[in-house]
Amino acid sequence: MHGILTIFRKEMEDQFSSTRFLLISALIVMVGVIVASMVGMAIKEEVRGLPKPTLLFLLLFTATGKFFSFAQFLGFFGPLIGIILGFDSINRERVSRTLSKLVSQPIYRDSIINAKFLTGVAIIAIILVSIVLIITGLGLPLTGIVPGAEELWRLAIYLVMSILYISFWLGVSILFSVIFRSTATSALASLAVWIFFSFFVSLGAGFLADAIAPIGQQAAGMVDPQLVVKNAKVQGAISLFSPMTLYSEATSTILDPMRKTTSSLILMGPLERISLSRFQSPLPLLQSLAIVTPHMVTLVAITLLCFGVCYAVFMRQEIRTI
Amino acid sequence: MEASWIIETEELTKKYDGFTAVDHLTLQIREGEIFGFLGPNGAGKTTSLLMFLGLTEPSGGKVRVCGHDPARDPLRVKESVGYLPENVGFYDDMTPRENLRYIARLNRIPDRISSKKIEDLLQLVGLTEEATKKVGTYSKGMRQRLGIAEVLVKEPKLVFLDEPTIGLDPDGTNRMLDLIQSLSKEKNITVFFSSHLLEQVQRICDRVGIMIKGSLVAVGPIQELAKAKLGVDKENYTLEEIYMKYFKEV
Repeated sequence: MHGILTIFRKEMEDQFSSTRFLLISALIVMVGVIVASMVGMAIKEEVRGLPKPTLLFLLLFTATGKFFSFAQFLGFFGPLIGIILGFDSINRERVSRTLSKLVSQPIYRDSIINAKFLTGVAIIAIILVSIVLIITGLGLPLTGIVPGAEELWRLAIYLVMSILYISFWLGVSILFSVIFRSTATSALASLAVWIFFSFFVSLGAGFLADAIAPIGQQAAGMVDPQLVVKNAKVQGAISLFSPMTLYSEATSTILDPMRKTTSSLILMGPLERISLSRFQSPLPLLQSLAIVTPHMVTLVAITLLCFGVCYAVFMRQEIRTI
Repeated sequence: MEASWIIETEELTKKYDGFTAVDHLTLQIREGEIFGFLGPNGAGKTTSLLMFLGLTEPSGGKVRVCGHDPARDPLRVKESVGYLPENVGFYDDMTPRENLRYIARLNRIPDRISSKKIEDLLQLVGLTEEATKKVGTYSKGMRQRLGIAEVLVKEPKLVFLDEPTIGLDPDGTNRMLDLIQSLSKEKNITVFFSSHLLEQVQRICDRVGIMIKGSLVAVGPIQELAKAKLGVDKENYTLEEIYMKYFKEV
């Protein structure tokens, strides 16, 4: 424990004085402020005259405004934060030959990798918590809406999920920094994995779904609705292999109480839609949580798995190669 | 008798997929001596050091360093053993004081004790004047001297120096050798000096061991080895002659 704390302290000092930390925080604060002010003003216009608006505060994070919502931005570029924080954590020490010195000090070898991972998670948490506080702070005067307890809970859960999600990518990049000696290689490898899982999995899911559950064309444009549903289910299941889909489905359910299911495809006729929207009421927090519990468990699992692989690879590495 | 051995190995062996890096090494090092560990590149010197430190696990045989088994109890060994690897690295964007303090903290030395010690050590290796610069600006010689200071922070009983003079200019080499000798004489630190620079080894070492292709071919005081290999009468022997004789025999 002593070793972890000492390394953690040193790594935190390094991070706070590093340019990369400044750049990441500046970027994300900028995005947060822009999105919050744009969306905030739009919301203010919308709610003018409403007596007591509820569950509108979370729109600050989910409304897309002109470009994208903050939640979308984090789902998309959040992984980059994790990768930037972790891609050179082990191999930088290897290149500068300080790793062999560290391992010959009276500390357990795993405290090095544990401390590195903890530092990354702490930095991610600091960045995310501050940006959510900034948006909340800006949103209060801009929209004039005071968030209720439920909204704050939803925000807190959203924060936890985001930290987990970005920590997963931190784990991926630390894993590559253990495997590859060159920092450039590990950065590129992490980026490649990020691009693969974020873009190609959802693309490939469509193709695979068509192969597994094809929608047979019947007479002149008629399709069997059951086949369409099956196809969509398969596609949804495959695209869950992408942590991005996993995360965005979970967070949009948490942040948007009007959403009642994670699947995007609901077949219904126009009349059904009208009757549904008439009786639409927000989902209670516990129900939203129940929907996303599998997603959260999976997020925790892949993060732990990734760190576990990283830990095992690092511990088994021959010291000569260190 | 046994208690005075600081390193004791018995049939120590290390294999890397079929290739034997260290072959049944049996060796004893006395407390307080300067032991020269010779051999060509790739002879298994560094591998032996790593096994003594518990940084790599032996494939067979026994080893005890400072009374502990490095494979089972590496932390106890690392507490009292300093290791200066070949081409030691530092955190280049930190000052030497910060580098030393980090190592001191990892060795559980509180800051109030270490700050005094760090000044003493910088004085000892002659870096006090340059101590405000970042280590990244240091020359090779200064880095090696800082490396010695770093090894001494934990007040070791035994230090492993792996090619500490490589890449130093003649003056730097002399100062480094004097420093190593003073460690042994004044602080009673056992020095395990691994090198292939024979005249340096001859100058400072009490005993030497010659390792070729993974096995220890000779061990003992230089004089004795000279007697055995070059004949009793010869006066002006050099370690190089002895070494070449062994080398050719293998």
